[in-house]
Amino acid sequence: MESRNTQLAVGFFVIIGVLALLFLGLQAANTSVVTNGETYKLYAKFDNIGGLKERSPVKVGGVVVGRVSKISLSGDYYEPLVEMTISQEYSEFSDTTSVSILTSGILGEQYIGLNPGFIDDTVEMLKDGDQIYDTKSALVLEDLIGQFLFSQGKD
Amino acid sequence: MLDRVAALGRTTLNTIAGAGAAFFMLMRALVGKPTLRKSWPLLMQQMYSVGVLSLVIIVVSGLFIGMVLGLQGYTILVDFGAEQSLGPMVALSLLRELGPVVTALLFAGRAGSALTAEIGLMKATEQLSSLEMMGVDPLRRVISPRFWAGFYSMPILALVFSAVGIYGGYLVGVRWLGVDDGAFWSVMQSNVEWGQDIVNGIIKSLVFAFVVTWIALYKGYSCTPTSVGISRATTSTVVTASLAVLGLDFVLTALMFG
Repeated sequence: MESRNTQLAVGFFVIIGVLALLFLGLQAANTSVVTNGETYKLYAKFDNIGGLKERSPVKVGGVVVGRVSKISLSGDYYEPLVEMTISQEYSEFSDTTSVSILTSGILGEQYIGLNPGFIDDTVEMLKDGDQIYDTKSALVLEDLIGQFLFSQGKD
Repeated sequence: MLDRVAALGRTTLNTIAGAGAAFFMLMRALVGKPTLRKSWPLLMQQMYSVGVLSLVIIVVSGLFIGMVLGLQGYTILVDFGAEQSLGPMVALSLLRELGPVVTALLFAGRAGSALTAEIGLMKATEQLSSLEMMGVDPLRRVISPRFWAGFYSMPILALVFSAVGIYGGYLVGVRWLGVDDGAFWSVMQSNVEWGQDIVNGIIKSLVFAFVVTWIALYKGYSCTPTSVGISRATTSTVVTASLAVLGLDFVLTALMFG
């Protein structure tokens, strides 16, 4: 009989462990990981990526559609090339789409904002491995201050 | 001078021999035909004494550590107007570091020392020799179920620790200090990731479970069979296991998050 009680206690112990795992998995972690299913890759060149990091989100109007998967320098002029992994769910971006590096809040993380372009008969859709040419670099605070001071000086 | 060198050599040889003996003890205890029917009740018994009985200390310390994290984090974050970040701060520090590490330290103190003392006393009272006389392998009968019990119990305990700790942080942060309820959880969810944080935490606690249980069992198995020897072995278990956990934690953190 004592052995049965022991087994009961161990059973409850394991159940508590599973419940803790469920709590952590469902309540504490993000379960809707966008880039877990089918994905495709897009590329974009910037002059300056600021504080963008690998795994930074890619958003359309604030909705996460993918993540930055790789940042490297490319070409003869060493321009930053950003590889974005986008969920296959959002595969209908036209090649007039533009990308910019934005900041959430004043001190927040930087992320990539995709602005879907217009669609008509003459534009093609972006495919896996395509590059987006219409890019806007990150705002660097020092440059802004420099421009501000420069423009003040002219008056 | 030469005596010193000889002493150094002796210490080195003893350390290496000890590591080798510990390795062979573990191998002999684990490798071999599994006898599930016989070993299942033994495993249950050990899971009970190692895991279930450690639950109280884990839950209580997890709750308090989570509450302290919530309180300390709030007082600092509120200066920057970033008290919404309290959720991820509490959750990440628990899942990545404090959950596995503090559980392993508590486990070494609570269960590891008990394992060492139990096996040491078995050796001192020649129960292990008696088992061998009866044709029962003490490694399979005594060491193996205790090892697996520790190995399975500690990750469960670490998960419980983290979950309770996050709830403690929620109690202090949201219920007492008035951080917004929705922001607490949603910012936490956007920052905590299943693979990066939770799975890595579980891997950490599996490694710690392996090391702590192994050290505890070996120290008991190899102790000098006297009352002094047992007390030394018990102390040595807690010290060695704690140091090993903290050292390994740095290595694992560097590998996982570096």
